[in-house]
Amino acid sequence: MKKNWPLWEVFVRSKNGLEHRHFGSLHAADAEMALENARDVYTRRNEGVSIWVVESKHITASNPENNGEMFEPAQDKIYRHPTFYNLPDELKHM
Amino acid sequence: MVNQNLYNYILGIGDNSLILGQRLGELCGHGPSLETDIAGTNISLDLIGQTRSYYQYAAKLSEKEITEDDIAFLRSEREYRNTLLVEQPNTHFGFVIARQYLFDVFHLLLLQELQHSKDDTLAAIAKKGIKEVSYHKRFSGDWIKRLGDGTEESNEKMQEAIDGLWRYTDELFEMTDADKEMVTEGIGVDLSKLKETYYQEVTELLTEATLQVPERKYFNYGGKKGVHTEHMGYLLADLQYMQRTYPNMQW
Repeated sequence: MKKNWPLWEVFVRSKNGLEHRHFGSLHAADAEMALENARDVYTRRNEGVSIWVVESKHITASNPENNGEMFEPAQDKIYRHPTFYNLPDELKHM
Repeated sequence: MVNQNLYNYILGIGDNSLILGQRLGELCGHGPSLETDIAGTNISLDLIGQTRSYYQYAAKLSEKEITEDDIAFLRSEREYRNTLLVEQPNTHFGFVIARQYLFDVFHLLLLQELQHSKDDTLAAIAKKGIKEVSYHKRFSGDWIKRLGDGTEESNEKMQEAIDGLWRYTDELFEMTDADKEMVTEGIGVDLSKLKETYYQEVTELLTEATLQVPERKYFNYGGKKGVHTEHMGYLLADLQYMQRTYPNMQW
């Protein structure tokens, strides 16, 4: 392919009740093809019950150069983590 | 006493899946993109899975001590009963898609009827296959629309493939002796009843894809009686090589 198809990001819900997670990306010419390709590439081993695809260009990403101001201020604020609670064993996917 | 008509009938259905599965398998690693490559191989594996169910059943019915592998690998060309359509080569991607779609529409109509067969095993195999084949048809139909209604070049190539393969469509509905006998026993599907729906559905999709529906009065037949096109020998050479060269070899 001289001209590559646009890139799409694929999100798969692996079971009902769980959120969609980013599984990877693939190339497709249109949304329908992206969905079908995602089905064949990412769920052929029974990995999912729902798929979302979104063209990668629609994702706004943070710039790694700004990581300092974006993320470092949170590093020394452990009181923002709920680590002081005991979670019951039955609670999964927290 | 083996029901020879039933045995032949099962092979008639199974052989279509085997040969088309083999054709698609040839594309493994050679698809036009990674994604379509995997899609084609997936469809191939669905079809070969279906083939196994049919052949396992046929092997069980047979009086001889044979397995599904004997049926798949050790018959001569004349003993394969697949339609001519499915053995046609992967000339270009348009042909792969056209062959797939022209078969998928028929295949789904067939399984939808076969799931009501009086033969429980056949009904169960058909029922399981319906979901798979519904997806095959969606995949190939979407591609026909995409290429037919795409660029000037893609339209031209898609039309070339439809025109080239159209002559093999009528054979899908040909009733062999085994077909007729199985219909009277309530086991098989009356293919002639599917024909009108088939051409109607295909015509609608081709029109949507801005393609011309070929006007053709003469069709090619023979596959269902074991008389194949010149492509079949090469396909079988590939398919059977390992078992013929190293008899009884196993993975």
